[in-house]
Amino acid sequence: MILNTNLKNIFLVVFTTLILSACSTAKKSGLDGDVYTGKETVKYLASGVPDRVFFATNKSSLTTASRATLRKQATYLRKNKKLNVTIEGHADERGTREYNLALGERRANAAKDYLMTYGISGKRISTISYGKEKPVNPGSSALAWSQNRRAVTVKVN
Amino acid sequence: MKRFFLAIAIYFLSYNPLYALIEVDITRGNLDPLPIAVSPLHVDIKSVEHEGIKVKELGNNISSIIEKNFKNTGLFNPLKKEAFVQKPDIAHLKPRFEDWRLIKAQALVTGKLLVKDGKLKVEFRLWDLTAAKEMTALAFTTTPSNWRRVAHIISDKIYERLTGEEGYFDTRIIYVSESGPKSERIKKLAIMDQDGANTKYLTLGNELVLTPRFNPTNQMITYLSYFRNMPRVYLLDIETGMQEVVGNFPGMTFAPRFSPDGKKIIMSFAEDGNSDIYTMDLETRLVERITNHSSIDTSPSFSPDGKYIAFNSDRSGLQQLYVMRSDGSNVKRITFGKGIYGTPVWSPRGDLIAFTKMRKGRFYIGVMRTDGSGERLLTENYYQEAPSWSPNGRVLVFYRETKAGSKGEGFTATLWSIDITGYNERKLSTKTDASDPSWSSLLSK
Repeated sequence: MILNTNLKNIFLVVFTTLILSACSTAKKSGLDGDVYTGKETVKYLASGVPDRVFFATNKSSLTTASRATLRKQATYLRKNKKLNVTIEGHADERGTREYNLALGERRANAAKDYLMTYGISGKRISTISYGKEKPVNPGSSALAWSQNRRAVTVKVN
Repeated sequence: MKRFFLAIAIYFLSYNPLYALIEVDITRGNLDPLPIAVSPLHVDIKSVEHEGIKVKELGNNISSIIEKNFKNTGLFNPLKKEAFVQKPDIAHLKPRFEDWRLIKAQALVTGKLLVKDGKLKVEFRLWDLTAAKEMTALAFTTTPSNWRRVAHIISDKIYERLTGEEGYFDTRIIYVSESGPKSERIKKLAIMDQDGANTKYLTLGNELVLTPRFNPTNQMITYLSYFRNMPRVYLLDIETGMQEVVGNFPGMTFAPRFSPDGKKIIMSFAEDGNSDIYTMDLETRLVERITNHSSIDTSPSFSPDGKYIAFNSDRSGLQQLYVMRSDGSNVKRITFGKGIYGTPVWSPRGDLIAFTKMRKGRFYIGVMRTDGSGERLLTENYYQEAPSWSPNGRVLVFYRETKAGSKGEGFTATLWSIDITGYNERKLSTKTDASDPSWSSLLSK
């Protein structure tokens, strides 16, 4: 019986540790579903204007957070009328190379279209897809893949 | 590379095809490879040295290449030379069949060569040891520097005689050579003989290059290059090094392949984020739009008769495989299995489509009939894709990537081959990491 109680205690401790660590990874990883919501790889076009938006696996639809980011980019581009940008679309490494090239193109254009609906001329925005060729995080984990599924707005002048 | 196969004169020596007793069945997995003895080729004593080629060792070297080719097929078991009793010159004249049968050989290859006046003369014979008969014999004359190709051509002839199928040894593989850390890979076009010899780099690595593919009729390559940061489909002539962009498209073109007659390139063109399939005639420069759909249409591959196109589309929601007529009509979805599918590639024999399948975080290379029935998964791994057919439609080459640590450590990209029977999975040796392989047609055809 004593042994049994001890075992129970050990289980309790292990169990609590697991819950705690699960909580901390969820917080640290910043994933909503499989869309990255953290800031680890993000750069800024200007103060408070993130340069990138993230996507779910195989998807090119913009999340609420992505739209908020792109509205900030649109505001910034409206203020800086002479600035042109390229939007670079990327995919994670878990797909075939050719499909990922097409998917990156679709993601870059999803971001471009949204900027255009906020009054930015399409002439100021070019797009390029790198497919899975330029990961920002070289790891092979769900977190790395979520950081790599992205469309990044880059100043060209 | 010179068109040296034109300079190879081939003579048929006498043989009687009626005595074809041994044969190798390659239609199913071969767990009982045919024991074959490849005698070193006898070097004629009248041979003279030639431009740094080790003429005295040439007989041994040629027979070693033949042995390695046979071993790699998984269909043959080349026997150890220490057990050979007869000397090469005598065996070539007339083998003592009982001696060779004693070491359990069923077939024997003999030959002789002469290097003289800047020429390499080679002849070989294939013997059926069970029936005690000659099965085939050939003689060649070529330049001595072609000696490796001579070994491959002999291998092809023997393979053809014993299996009834065309060989695939006198071929090359073009691929993307990779180096550097995972997030900053340097990629170059590279070409090598099918056995890994004679690696050459065709680009310098200044720009990203992807998915090179051979023209099935000549030594042209089509590939994707990010030259000037504009991803476009290019043509490259391996012999002259001349490169040109294919067509005048205002956006990304990618996923190129040649038509079976080598006269057209089929590829995807992305416009406003939507990828559709186009062809361009290389002579008339005429561009034709083949698909017009709001989904991603990519990875097109012609059937060998040029009448159909297999391609990859996510019009159903996720990546699946489709087949249509070459004018874009009559589109039919062919994959309905669990998982998603990519990279359909039509077999040069016309009977099968090879593909990549992704399911539950695993990647498979498989084959199916052209209507999508009879799916067979040949190999499963963490990541693998992009199958390319051997010219006889019996072997697939593809690439594999390994799982990386959090800093990208442990990442590798390597080329592999597997028989369409699912047997004989084998890593190809490359000088660097490698991906996106494409197999050439037979050079000496």
